[in-house]
Amino acid sequence: MIQPSKSLIVAVVSRTMIPYLQVFALYVIFHGHYGPGGGFQGGAMLAASLILGRMALGGERAEAQFRSVWGSPLGAFGALVFATVGLVAVFFGGEYLNYSYLPLPLDDLALVRSYGILFIEIGVALALTGTLVAIFDDLVEGHEEYD
Amino acid sequence: MKALGVILLFSFGALMVYASLGLPAHGDASAPHHRDVSVTGSPGAAAYYIRNAYRDAKTINMVTVTLGDYRGIDTLGETVVVFTAGMACYLILRRKKG
Repeated sequence: MIQPSKSLIVAVVSRTMIPYLQVFALYVIFHGHYGPGGGFQGGAMLAASLILGRMALGGERAEAQFRSVWGSPLGAFGALVFATVGLVAVFFGGEYLNYSYLPLPLDDLALVRSYGILFIEIGVALALTGTLVAIFDDLVEGHEEYD
Repeated sequence: MKALGVILLFSFGALMVYASLGLPAHGDASAPHHRDVSVTGSPGAAAYYIRNAYRDAKTINMVTVTLGDYRGIDTLGETVVVFTAGMACYLILRRKKG
């Protein structure tokens, strides 16, 4: 378990930054359709905000924010969301990952594709967040083992 | 042995720099990968993506359309690669106590 930072500046600044980082990460994920951004970048930022919490606020408060056992399952869930979107398209008569066949109540098939891209971006973001936080937690835990 | 490694490193670096001199300039419209018709006569992918990305997916960012839609399986592979890296860390680093 990481101890909280003894520096008041580090504690206050990171406590202030983390919520804004997380909101901006969500913005980056959903802004991928209109400009630079997307699931990879947003997911990495979300993971960075959680890792900042772990390093600056200490393991105990970080556990309350995002428990370390959730990392790997969240990563698996994100990859599963992506693969499931592809399989749903197959189930409704299209090719794998052909978003036109997703069962959304929209007339415009191009718009359905747009939403399909959004779903997979969310899946990518969840996979990135979970996996990166899990890697950090694994490194910390392995470090404790040899203390 | 160490000197040999350094010589090899620098000679491969020089080879890379020499190879990069032959690349087409950035944004060169006549570069092979930007042509409408490729050297083998098949339609070029890049021109198709640029013209039809918005029509196909109603998404302004054509990079996202290419990444998520036209090349969706590639992105799925990338996600699985990241997840696999996480699983490898889990299996190697995490040990049960006791």
